[in-house]
Amino acid sequence: VSAGVAGGNDFQWCFSQVKGAIDEDVAEADIISTVEFNYSGELLATGDKGGRVVIFQHEQESKNRPHLRGEYNVYSTFQSHEPEFDYLKSLEIEEKINKIRWLPQQNAAHFLLSTNDKTIKLWKISERDKRAEGYNLKDEDGRLRDPFRITSLRVPVLMPMDLMVEASPRRIFANAHTYHINSISVNSDHETYLSADDLRINLWHLEITDRSFNIVDIKPANMEELTEVITAAECHPHQCNVFVYSSSKGTIRLCDMRAAALCDRHSKFFEEPEDPSSRSFFSEIISSISDVKFSHSGRYMMTRDYLSVKVWDLNMENRPVETYQVHEYLRSKLCSLYENDCIFDKFECCWNGSDSAIMTGSYNNFFRMFDRNTRRDITLEASRESSKPRATLKPRKVSTGGKRKKDEISVDSLDFNKKILHTAWHPKDNVIAVAATNNLYIFQDKIN
Amino acid sequence: RASEQNTEEKMISPEKAEEAKLKARYPNLGNKPGGSDLLRKRLQKGQKYFDSGDYNMAKAKIKNKQLPTAAPEKTEITGDHIPTPQDLPQRKTSLVTSKLAG
Repeated sequence: VSAGVAGGNDFQWCFSQVKGAIDEDVAEADIISTVEFNYSGELLATGDKGGRVVIFQHEQESKNRPHLRGEYNVYSTFQSHEPEFDYLKSLEIEEKINKIRWLPQQNAAHFLLSTNDKTIKLWKISERDKRAEGYNLKDEDGRLRDPFRITSLRVPVLMPMDLMVEASPRRIFANAHTYHINSISVNSDHETYLSADDLRINLWHLEITDRSFNIVDIKPANMEELTEVITAAECHPHQCNVFVYSSSKGTIRLCDMRAAALCDRHSKFFEEPEDPSSRSFFSEIISSISDVKFSHSGRYMMTRDYLSVKVWDLNMENRPVETYQVHEYLRSKLCSLYENDCIFDKFECCWNGSDSAIMTGSYNNFFRMFDRNTRRDITLEASRESSKPRATLKPRKVSTGGKRKKDEISVDSLDFNKKILHTAWHPKDNVIAVAATNNLYIFQDKIN
Repeated sequence: RASEQNTEEKMISPEKAEEAKLKARYPNLGNKPGGSDLLRKRLQKGQKYFDSGDYNMAKAKIKNKQLPTAAPEKTEITGDHIPTPQDLPQRKTSLVTSKLAG
């Protein structure tokens, strides 16, 4: 179903929907911090800095024309996390949702894991479309009846009611992370999941909240000797004993849980050799990996560092098999990007369903897509201006040379406050969700 | 040939040029191991200056007496009085429905 996606003659992206307020003043709580489709693509979840989760559900446009793409409408919304204060350490714990990961669906209900810096929660989202009526001990409005007045018994009956979607926290996995959680990943065994913070990775069983196994610990005995932190981690999509974690030094370690209980020693170590003569103050900072994602096939993994996306073959540790430049023109702006902290922005990346294309965000509400087969790439923009129904998105270009062509934008005109850090690709179709600060854009391929 | 060589030497990578710019603005940068400074800052995210331990210990000692409070026309909280919860800026509640859902 997923075709080539990068700006070919026959393929175009067009606007579908945008969610969120239009006002210029963006409340910090409304900033979207994570976006994730579920396994079927039917549900799309977002988390924000205010600790809230909003779930959208895909609805068919019409039953008569199933080939026409429907829309995503609000299905459920709830407050997942609230701000806390750790009195022992004088630490403020943000309610910001760092990651949401769906569990594979096993029954009528949907389950997802959401996490802030310290606590992971398992949420159950279920539908209720029936209500019991005709209770013996209480009235229809809930008031208790006087038991002495009841002279006969009746059997309550189930009556249809308006659909209600309820979210309830089923498990709370707390107090296992001293440092800030950056990743959670559900294992392919559907029973366990891992959570990673700056220095440690824990393995949990979904049913057990009072215990977790520590499987990676890179905390040095002397904190003065700290040289790198864990930036992201993910379980292998098929091999439940394998997981990877990336570091702030641009390395990835693949670990096998069958080899040892504590996976401090990696099975594979992925690092691209660096030319020592080109090393600068910025080298380590821009090599820090902000996201790591396995391909759906499980044969490759993709890493995102500040300026590029790299695809690695799990069988080749010494260098990536593909490297894509996201915004190379920023290399000559690193000084100011360091001063305004943008150099520390953590961009995510994602694969399409068939692993033939990858997507990642940039600044000025631009996002980039790379077709791995044709090697074509495209830059698109999430903006209100191009938000007319079914409007085709026009490719954007940043001018790097002296002469700026018409329709190009110069590097100095880019808005570095408009960051696309979070994007998601539907697991089966050419539908993408792009978070632009407080707005969620949904784009899809043009239907002929 | 000599002029060619000179041009090559003058052409530094954009990254190194940016590094030179940064070092010119912040001469002390990178004197300590830069990596661990940045990393430690990252690990300490969320640290607040209001020390609840101070406040509670002082409260326990003084018991019935009033804690020193800020002057009514305070301009800023000074170091010689213990901040109380009333002095701290109110934290906005986040129990509002997301605008994505509306």
